[in-house]
Amino acid sequence: MSAESYVADLCRRTWAMTWKDVRVELRARERLNAMLFFAALVLFIFNFALGPDREKLREAAPGLLWLAFIFTGMLGLGRSFQAERENECFEELLLMPGDRESLYFGKLVGNILFMLLAEAVILPLFGVLYNLDIWPWLPGLALVAVLGTVGFSTIGTLLAAMTAHLRAREVMLPLLLFPLTVPVILGAVHASDALLAGRGLADAAHWVKLLAAFDIVFLVVCPLAFEFVLEE
Amino acid sequence: MTSPRSAGYVGVAALGFVAAGLYLGLVAAPPDAVQGEVQRIMYLHVPSILTAYLAYTVTFIASIWYLWRRTPTADAIAVSSAEVGVAFTGITLATGSIWGKSTWGVWWTWDARLTLTAILFTIYVGYLMLRSFAEEPQAAARYGAVVAILGFLDIPLNHLAVQWWRTLHQPSSILRPGGPSIALSMLVPLVVNLLGLLLVYAYLLATRLRLEQIRQRTLEVRLRGRRG
Repeated sequence: MSAESYVADLCRRTWAMTWKDVRVELRARERLNAMLFFAALVLFIFNFALGPDREKLREAAPGLLWLAFIFTGMLGLGRSFQAERENECFEELLLMPGDRESLYFGKLVGNILFMLLAEAVILPLFGVLYNLDIWPWLPGLALVAVLGTVGFSTIGTLLAAMTAHLRAREVMLPLLLFPLTVPVILGAVHASDALLAGRGLADAAHWVKLLAAFDIVFLVVCPLAFEFVLEE
Repeated sequence: MTSPRSAGYVGVAALGFVAAGLYLGLVAAPPDAVQGEVQRIMYLHVPSILTAYLAYTVTFIASIWYLWRRTPTADAIAVSSAEVGVAFTGITLATGSIWGKSTWGVWWTWDARLTLTAILFTIYVGYLMLRSFAEEPQAAARYGAVVAILGFLDIPLNHLAVQWWRTLHQPSSILRPGGPSIALSMLVPLVVNLLGLLLVYAYLLATRLRLEQIRQRTLEVRLRGRRG
């Protein structure tokens, strides 16, 4: 098979997998609704934890924003293999023709999509609730959000597949995912901080590069590791 | 399979080296010019973290070996080494904390190396927990190997991130207690202790490995018995 048709095949299968998950979501609306409601609650609770002091909120804003992102993302990841597990059709999933990579990438694209959608709602809500002027920095924030979300989801999708088979799956996913994604969290928070403080993305260029490096490393490693996770 | 006797010899040697190292470090070496007596904790602290890094490297290599060849021994080495590594990381955090209390005045500070060590600790504790939650031994071995590989590859990225995070706020000069130049009277106990702890690591690894292999065989026998 030529390299070109291999890539075309991979994309086709990946999309088939993603589209399946999107369609399930469109019909049942279980995941995104829960994520959005949870995100709103998180933003609500933060307010009680920090009080109404605007200066304090401004300082904590990038951290809070990313906490909301990753908690919500975690919720989505935890459900990303829910349908397969509840209906006991992991084996059927494995029957999908072609490489396992397409299975991984399919789930990954879906997870990224859902997380980005949630973030697209959280970000303006955050700006309104905490009275932050996010609009001038939107393109930069969007770039950081995409890079951070991809990094978080690469390892997250792999671990979600793994923990779906465990006895204590709800506990194990965050316990493994948070320590492994420390570079993503640090990078994303600091890049967002530079933007929200009006220093511009150039000031956080090294963090953006770190995020990109993280994404690339785990976009290569995780699909390879996925083979070993799904083996029956 | 390691024989208990050869492991015993390593254990005795480890004991000797650690005793000598502790004597050299706690009694023979001069107190530090700036930090005083508390600096002596470094003779345990520094070799511990170096040993822990060795342990995680062994886990990383054994995990790749396991995924490649599916040798049960490779998995036994991986989990045994990780367990010993977590113990040494724990010692590092504890001694570092004691040192920090008397030098910096606080038990814990978000200094770059401390933070990195804590992240390592959480990654490998997670690794051990993951293994205990898996339904079957093969799954535990596969999942464990995958997490061990991810965790190890994560170390340089974590290192970079944590370094940048802290150096933006405080100079890194105090983060290097020993500094690049170290007197011979301090270097000798450090090296002796390092050799001692490496031997302790070898002894614990061998002993833990034997236990793991006995456990693997017991499981096998039990499974065979159940199948009739």
